[in-house]
Amino acid sequence: MADQQISAASEDRVLMKGNEVLAEAAMRAGCRFFFGYPITPQTELAAYMAKKLPKIGGTFLQAESEIAAINMVYGAGAAGARAMTSSSSPGVSLKGEGISYMAGADVPGVIINVERGGPGLGGIQPSQSDYFQATRAMGHGDFFMPVLAPSTVQEMADLIYLAFDLADEYRTPAMILADGMIGQMMEPVTLPPARDPKDLPKKPWATTGTHMEREHNVINSLFLTPQKLEDTNRERFERYKKIEATQQRQELFMCDDADIVLVAFGAASRIARTAVRAARNKGIKAGLLRPITLWPFPTKAIDGIVEGGAKAFMSVELNMGQMVQDVELATRGRVPVSFYGRTGGVLPTPEEILEQIELRASELGINPAKAGE
Amino acid sequence: MAMPTDTSMKTNEMLCVLSGFGGQGVLFAGKVMANAGLLDGRNVSWMPSYGPEMRGGTANCNVSLSDEAIGSPFITKPTALIALNQPSVEKFGPTLVEGGIAIIDTTLAMNADAVELPAGVRRFSFKATQLAEDKGLKGLANIVCLGKLWAETQFADLDVLEAALRKCVPPKHANLLEPNLKALHMGIEL
Amino acid sequence: MATAPKTLPDYQEERIGSQIAADEKIVSARPHALADKVFNFCPGCTHGIVHRLVAEAIDELGIEGKTVGISPVGCSVMNYDFFNCDMIEASHGRAPAVATAVKRVHPENVVFAYQGDGDLASIGTAETVHAATRGEHITVIFINNAIYGMTGGQMAPTSLPNQVTQTSPYGRDVTKVGFPIRMSEMLATLDGPAYIERVACDSTAHIRQAKKAIKKAFENQVNGVGYSFVEVVATCPTNWGMTPQAAFDWLRENMLPYYPLGVYKDVSAEGYSNAYEAAAERAKDCPIAQKKEG
Repeated sequence: MADQQISAASEDRVLMKGNEVLAEAAMRAGCRFFFGYPITPQTELAAYMAKKLPKIGGTFLQAESEIAAINMVYGAGAAGARAMTSSSSPGVSLKGEGISYMAGADVPGVIINVERGGPGLGGIQPSQSDYFQATRAMGHGDFFMPVLAPSTVQEMADLIYLAFDLADEYRTPAMILADGMIGQMMEPVTLPPARDPKDLPKKPWATTGTHMEREHNVINSLFLTPQKLEDTNRERFERYKKIEATQQRQELFMCDDADIVLVAFGAASRIARTAVRAARNKGIKAGLLRPITLWPFPTKAIDGIVEGGAKAFMSVELNMGQMVQDVELATRGRVPVSFYGRTGGVLPTPEEILEQIELRASELGINPAKAGE
Repeated sequence: MAMPTDTSMKTNEMLCVLSGFGGQGVLFAGKVMANAGLLDGRNVSWMPSYGPEMRGGTANCNVSLSDEAIGSPFITKPTALIALNQPSVEKFGPTLVEGGIAIIDTTLAMNADAVELPAGVRRFSFKATQLAEDKGLKGLANIVCLGKLWAETQFADLDVLEAALRKCVPPKHANLLEPNLKALHMGIEL
Repeated sequence: MATAPKTLPDYQEERIGSQIAADEKIVSARPHALADKVFNFCPGCTHGIVHRLVAEAIDELGIEGKTVGISPVGCSVMNYDFFNCDMIEASHGRAPAVATAVKRVHPENVVFAYQGDGDLASIGTAETVHAATRGEHITVIFINNAIYGMTGGQMAPTSLPNQVTQTSPYGRDVTKVGFPIRMSEMLATLDGPAYIERVACDSTAHIRQAKKAIKKAFENQVNGVGYSFVEVVATCPTNWGMTPQAAFDWLRENMLPYYPLGVYKDVSAEGYSNAYEAAAERAKDCPIAQKKEG
């Protein structure tokens, strides 16, 4: 059977690059169709797919443009297949149109953004400056999509698997928002088991041909009657409500007794975690909330931390301050929220974040406990 | 400034920058090191330089081996440096932590001695490329230097390191395994 | 029993069989692949004719059950309602990309894209050219009426020199905005396509030729011959500001000399069984191009 050609037994712990893990885990999730266009720093993903997909009966197609690539994902998704595309920031902007159509026509599919610095051509070093784009305005119109933010190579595997499941379950595009750091680095990873696409739930809505056995299926986002369009959008937002209620994911690190809680995802969260440990060593009760789902944003976890008595939040990002708005919304003015970020591909050091924690602690009159306390 | 962070010097932690010209095999040597950490069941990260830098002739990677979860895979204060050319010594030498270790191939890094390193850094300079070539191990200065780093730090058990090397040499280049093992031991015995 | 024309497939016979008396003879019926809906096209517009021709071809080949159509953005944007096969509405110009993926997912399906000139030759030029050069096994029906219809008559990539439109109110000035694109001629230079023909719907004879071409474009897909493209030179009386009859006259006087009808590429007529064989012959002096895949 074709799927047996997927290498590495699932229990093996292997050292792999983040970008390659995204590709390998996507195939294991049952993805057999990849459409992409070359761009740094995600190219390894496409190269891996080009090598492996044909060997398991899949299709790798280098599209003529990012726009064509996302529209191929739209077509393959409409035809009932698990399909994906990957790019980096400037390329993802071009995909915005297609993603909006996918949302509007309820077509599942996975989009990967291995972010680099912007705006414009920007740079190629790690960045998180597409947070707004991913969570707020990936395209025109009233829509959201699940956005998952891996912070380790292991999560690259786990979250792309989840992304395909969420996309199918809720008939929505889903995005992996990674960055050049997680994409380029190698870490040990245990790959998920391979699933045969034939065993995935059936999609009776897909355009597979009527076989003269049913009414024709139409995949469409055009509704010229305002009431019809409103009804369609409202139905979709009912699904969003379910996603918000059931799919918030986050990791809490030392938040139980924390006075100052850092909020950081992806690459920034790795540096923030080091800074939190350093702050603890200095007697400052710091903690880290790491959102794994950026949409839906983990508001329930924020509520829990606020109710637990945290005195302040600090959003740490690789941009000029984007997620901080979601932290503000979730805290609803109950505790102060501040921001620290670096942009353009510059990564903060743990030391400079620690400095910010110390500064904030003194502003808030939080006295460090004696060491060892 | 000494900071109590993951980037500080700890006996159980290897934060190594491997740097040289493209084609000198620094990414490969880093992979061997990372795989040794993997086989030891430690936390491991390997982070390459990427982008136009790759095409400009210099290449480097950062390898972290730790018993704790690894924060940023970018190493700003390495505990160890393998430098195969002059720019690498100049760029990364001064970033070493106090008491760190520098393995320098002076075949190409001819003015390495002119670069001042932080206090207490143990400096090992030798003509790795030249020595390897003399022994019929052309192009294996990377592994010679890795052997020397192992000899001075024992960052993993030797049999684990050898196993990692075996794992990293792809089956289609199996003929290169023996020279690589020889280069490793040559470095160890230097 | 009904005496349906023999060319109609069984399922069509069933549909109309109950509605006619024993002594009646059906000489013309709505094709089964065409839905029982009223077209939203203007009087004198040839979209309706082409829709029917497409549906007839689907019926005659008995492929409705495995056909998936891609609707464009333009006047035929809602043709997902007019065809009884599965349909996907694409974003503006992207129908060939969508069709590519559907065909790749279900190679046994018959996939067609139906596009106008703005969609195919302006905003979607890249998708059009690349689907063609990849030799995607799809069928593309291209309606060229030299104007943007749905948005109310703006200059199209195929608007003729000196043609007055809303956005070329002094006539298309080729020294400033350049020349119309002859898509059939352009695509015929590529190796990927198997069959390219330009037809028109202004007369019975031309409609019959158009039918033949469209059917062949579908047949080619069924038989694995390769990418097939039929350009239909069409009218837009509303936005040309003419009566339907005047529009047909204008088409004959101005469009047909600029866009000559005929076959621009047909690998089967040249004796090849598909586009790849023809391409290999054309590149026979290039050694690497001859290398056979595994």
